[in-house]
Amino acid sequence: MSSIKEHFVTPVRYKQWSIGLMAVGVLSLIIGFIMYGGHDQGVRFWAALLQNSVYFLLLVNAVMFFIAAVSLAMGGFQMTFRRVSEAIAASVIPIGFITFVILLCIVFGGKTAIYEWLDRDAVAKDPALNGKKGFLSVPFFMIWTVLTIFLWSFLGWKIRQLSRSIDDTPLTVAEGKKYIFKNTVWTALYIVWFGLTVASVTPWLWLMSLNAHWFSTMYSWYTFASTFVSGCALLTIFVIYFKNQGYLEYVNEEHLHDLGKFMFAFSIFWTYIWFDQFMLIWYANISEETVYFKPRLDGAYVGVFYLNLIINFICPLLIFMKRSSKRNWGTVTFMSVLLIFGHWLDFFQMVFPSPRISPDRVPLNLFDFGIALGFVGLIMWQTARVLSKYPLLAKNHPFLKESIIHHT
Amino acid sequence: MAVKKFVVGVFTDEAVLFPAIGKVRSAGYKIHEVYTPMPIHGMDHALGLRDTSLHTAGFIYGITGTTTALTGIGWVFNIDWPVNIGGKSHFDLAAWIPITFELTVLFSAVGMFLTFLFLNQMAPFVRKHHFNLRSTDDQFTMVIELTEKSNAEEIKAFLTNVGAVGINLQEAETGWWIGRYDTDKTPLKHKGELLA
Repeated sequence: MSSIKEHFVTPVRYKQWSIGLMAVGVLSLIIGFIMYGGHDQGVRFWAALLQNSVYFLLLVNAVMFFIAAVSLAMGGFQMTFRRVSEAIAASVIPIGFITFVILLCIVFGGKTAIYEWLDRDAVAKDPALNGKKGFLSVPFFMIWTVLTIFLWSFLGWKIRQLSRSIDDTPLTVAEGKKYIFKNTVWTALYIVWFGLTVASVTPWLWLMSLNAHWFSTMYSWYTFASTFVSGCALLTIFVIYFKNQGYLEYVNEEHLHDLGKFMFAFSIFWTYIWFDQFMLIWYANISEETVYFKPRLDGAYVGVFYLNLIINFICPLLIFMKRSSKRNWGTVTFMSVLLIFGHWLDFFQMVFPSPRISPDRVPLNLFDFGIALGFVGLIMWQTARVLSKYPLLAKNHPFLKESIIHHT
Repeated sequence: MAVKKFVVGVFTDEAVLFPAIGKVRSAGYKIHEVYTPMPIHGMDHALGLRDTSLHTAGFIYGITGTTTALTGIGWVFNIDWPVNIGGKSHFDLAAWIPITFELTVLFSAVGMFLTFLFLNQMAPFVRKHHFNLRSTDDQFTMVIELTEKSNAEEIKAFLTNVGAVGINLQEAETGWWIGRYDTDKTPLKHKGELLA
């Protein structure tokens, strides 16, 4: 046991990379603001910020969901790399704050080019928007956003706190049972709030209201599936990275296999939801519903639309189907990076073709990637910072042994 | 399909069974099968079994289902009886996907289920020898085949050493045969003298 490395020491190159990426993000922000900020309410600029901040917030929050869901299912296999997922989930706080500031700027800056429902004159004239006034309004939007981000941060912090609280105190069996119960209560609270936010209201407000007239009951599930796949991918990349650096001695192919299965299964789930939403609208063929797919399937975004499907469905289906590929460190790393990019692209095509943003032209350029890299840098930096503060192994957790002898 | 002789060791603890399997295998005895009341992770690995190819069979059944659905629907809607449904084109993949998906799942599920039964030699009105009925309840049963190179007494002693709580000698049919558990009278020499 003496050979276990208990503490993570951030390598210098890692630190340089994360700071460099954040610098790229800040630079893109400044250049983007100069290039697009003044023109037409800065819609290009704010839409990119909205897409990236919401995507990366939901991404790190999905890692928190991973912890909560696995804990709630009494899944012991996560214990060997639990501290890594906790460290990633700690990014919910800074990215949540950034997202909040961006939403604040959009809503109180009166960016009607982003959210049509901010335009009072248009809402008054439009019976459809007028009918949604109670829901799509500044007070409801802001209160729900504050609650969402605050409770994600707080409940996540509480669960992480619980995990660290037993680091120095070995538990007896009775205490262990009590501890697991307490854990179950908090993770259950988190899951309930997660269900009310990511799986229902929050994506309606943040993303679906970009197409204020259009609605889909599948939308939130679609968002959830998308971010959960990429959240698992993010977790896997970090686990593999730390394993490569010589940490996480107890993580082996069995754990990798399970993470791969999560990505594979939820990629299929994503496709299922994606297709449900698409087919019902396509089949009914009612113009107020098909308006969503007009620019995507029949306009400028057709390339992005099919690329999205190939990256997020065909690739995981064919590559992850075999057992041996889910147990291969290289293949899983490659697929994780691909899936994170694929779902980033998915969010891109959720935001940009909206009627007031850019329905006729795909505006994808280096600016978008710069902003995305900035967020990646932030996640890298925050993860390493939190991970180096606490022991790498939750050594007193009752389920630790189960994870060490884990066998799929 | 042959009647063979077996030494049957009964264990009550999984933690004893696992090292016992390793010892028996390294001693060179031929383990016919290990029966456990519940699935145990890592057992196939301990027994040195190769990965099952059931999933490959599942993939083939799935592909068959996909092909059946696509050719079936394609033939019906384009050749046999083209109907104008809501102005959609006759060859419209999006509308076919739900049924294609269902048939893929159905074919692979039913196919894998039947293959699984076949591989395990289980079916209605078919019988197979049970070495120890309590291995469906609370005991773990290790069955070692008696070859001309091995000696029953030696194996018995070995099994007692590695922690078996009950050992007996049985002569049994290895395959399956038509018959029922309640009425079947197929003659079998059960020599169930318990030693310990």
